[in-house]
Amino acid sequence: MADFLNQWGSAIWQAFIETMEMTAIALILSVIVGIPLGVLLILTRKNGQAENQTVYAILNTVINVIRSIPFIILLFLILPVTKAVAGTTIGVQGVIFPLVVSCAPYIARLMESAMLEVDRGVIEAYQSMGISTPKIVWYVVIREARSSIVLGLTIATIGLIGETAMAGLVGGGGLGDLAYQFGYTRFQPDVMYAVIIILIVIVQCIQSFGNAFARRLKKN
Amino acid sequence: MIQLQNVSKTFVTGKNKIEALNDVSLEIQKGEIFGVIGYSGAGKSTLIRCVNLLEHPTSGYVFVDGTDIGGLGSNDLRKLRRKIGMIFQGYNLLETANVYDNIAIPLKLAGVPKKVIKERAAKYLEIVGLQDRSQAFPSQLSGGQKQRVAIARALAHEPEVLLSDEATSALDPATTDSILELLLKVNRELGITIFLITHELNVIQRICDRVAVMEKGRIIEQGSVVDIFTKPREPLTKQFVRNESRFKIPDPLLKELLSTGELVNLTFLGESAKDPALATLARKFDVLPSIIAGGIDQLKDQSIGNLLVHLKGETGKIRDAVDFLQSEHIIVEEVIG
Ligand SMILES: Nc1ncnc2c1ncn2[C@@H]1O[C@H](COP(=O)(O)OP(=O)(O)OP(=O)(O)O)[C@@H](O)[C@H]1O
Ligand SMILES: [Mg+2]
Repeated sequence: MADFLNQWGSAIWQAFIETMEMTAIALILSVIVGIPLGVLLILTRKNGQAENQTVYAILNTVINVIRSIPFIILLFLILPVTKAVAGTTIGVQGVIFPLVVSCAPYIARLMESAMLEVDRGVIEAYQSMGISTPKIVWYVVIREARSSIVLGLTIATIGLIGETAMAGLVGGGGLGDLAYQFGYTRFQPDVMYAVIIILIVIVQCIQSFGNAFARRLKKN
Repeated sequence: MIQLQNVSKTFVTGKNKIEALNDVSLEIQKGEIFGVIGYSGAGKSTLIRCVNLLEHPTSGYVFVDGTDIGGLGSNDLRKLRRKIGMIFQGYNLLETANVYDNIAIPLKLAGVPKKVIKERAAKYLEIVGLQDRSQAFPSQLSGGQKQRVAIARALAHEPEVLLSDEATSALDPATTDSILELLLKVNRELGITIFLITHELNVIQRICDRVAVMEKGRIIEQGSVVDIFTKPREPLTKQFVRNESRFKIPDPLLKELLSTGELVNLTFLGESAKDPALATLARKFDVLPSIIAGGIDQLKDQSIGNLLVHLKGETGKIRDAVDFLQSEHIIVEEVIG
């Protein structure tokens, strides 16, 4: 055990940091893109406050298309775009863009379904009090949906962690990369097992934290 | 205060067209409580939602305080809506906010200064009798209490009109009474005009000044509550009123009574006993009245008495007796088998 830690400790730690880094940056960017997209979806959908069938149909299709491409394929498919946007296609920097492209539509979908749960009547009550739509979205819809939003983001985060592992294939680094490079290519299964255990612990922690946080938001 | 002129609303869903409102005209006076009654699907909700444009009429005009609200821009419409409070059957409170915040948040969003928000929340929580529950969450309140919060929330904008879409329909009779009592107080003490819709005659009876009866998107009858109760014209109106106030006599008894004379339903205003009139029948007309059943309907500020009376005597004399009763301002209706 001590030997293993001596030999791999710093590499694993390094990979852990990279995974966290990729996940956090991609998550933040995906939220910045995904939540407004989710809001746009509920506003433009049928009977929404800014019903617009064209906008909804386009958004809906684009999201469905992206969501149906497996991440590993998307990664290669958009390489040229990644190169143009991020300046590189390798390393943490090169993998953030595809992660966001894959995760933002997912978050948009999760946000849409979370916000759809908000009682129409409450929205109408606020309309009847002369409150503008942007304020209703923020102070009523997002507020009332916040518990489901947190649960949705928890699911999205866990999905992201999985995708960062595949990012190893384009030299993104992180735990997945480590497991693949050493565990598989150089046949050192103990590294692979260690990584798996760490991933399990991370996912468990995120899920428990998300559940607890959502529960707290619900109570109040 | 509120005028609806030839308002129609057609919903188009796919190939189906539903005429929810068909050429409805109404006028609600400042300070009154106006009720619309009708069965489910009659178009009541659609009607009341046209008053603050939650629903846009397909044709016709809605005037509030003389302004044609169909012509307002979104900014002016929002301002106008703040003058018109609304409460709903489903309360529509924020589940994630406590009672105080449920009142304070809309005020904040409407740009009311902080200090005023505090004062108003306190004032209206007191009016609805929930001052000691301000920290409770909606999930910890009963239906009646939630409706009180919703009323306080609407009142806190200090509106001139309160719209009520079946506000008591989800409540038990005792709670309904207490909410109706509160609405009456809001109307009398704060001078707020109330426009309500309901399918319960009890609501009309207890607090409304005037009423309109709605069927299939049309107003089929309207007038003062007293008139509608004492002189309903349309079959549906009669059905609503009579269900409440008429006596059901078992068939065998009815047959027996009709074989020995006539059966009449007497309706009269006020609580003054009509016994002298009945006694007169015996003395002056040789007609023997016997009371089979009786009751009083309490309206907002009047009561209506109902008596089911059996009249025994010669046919001609009974006619004279009925004429006499009518001259005494008693509404007489013959009951036939
Ligand atoms: N948004 C809508 N789209 C399509 N049809 C509608 C819509 N809203 C109402 N309707 C239809 O219009 C008619 C009147 O509905 P409305 O809700 O006004 O009735 P109501 O008298 O309030 O009934 P209830 O007592 O059940 O609330 C119904 O046939 C209903 O199906
Ligand atoms: Mg209704």
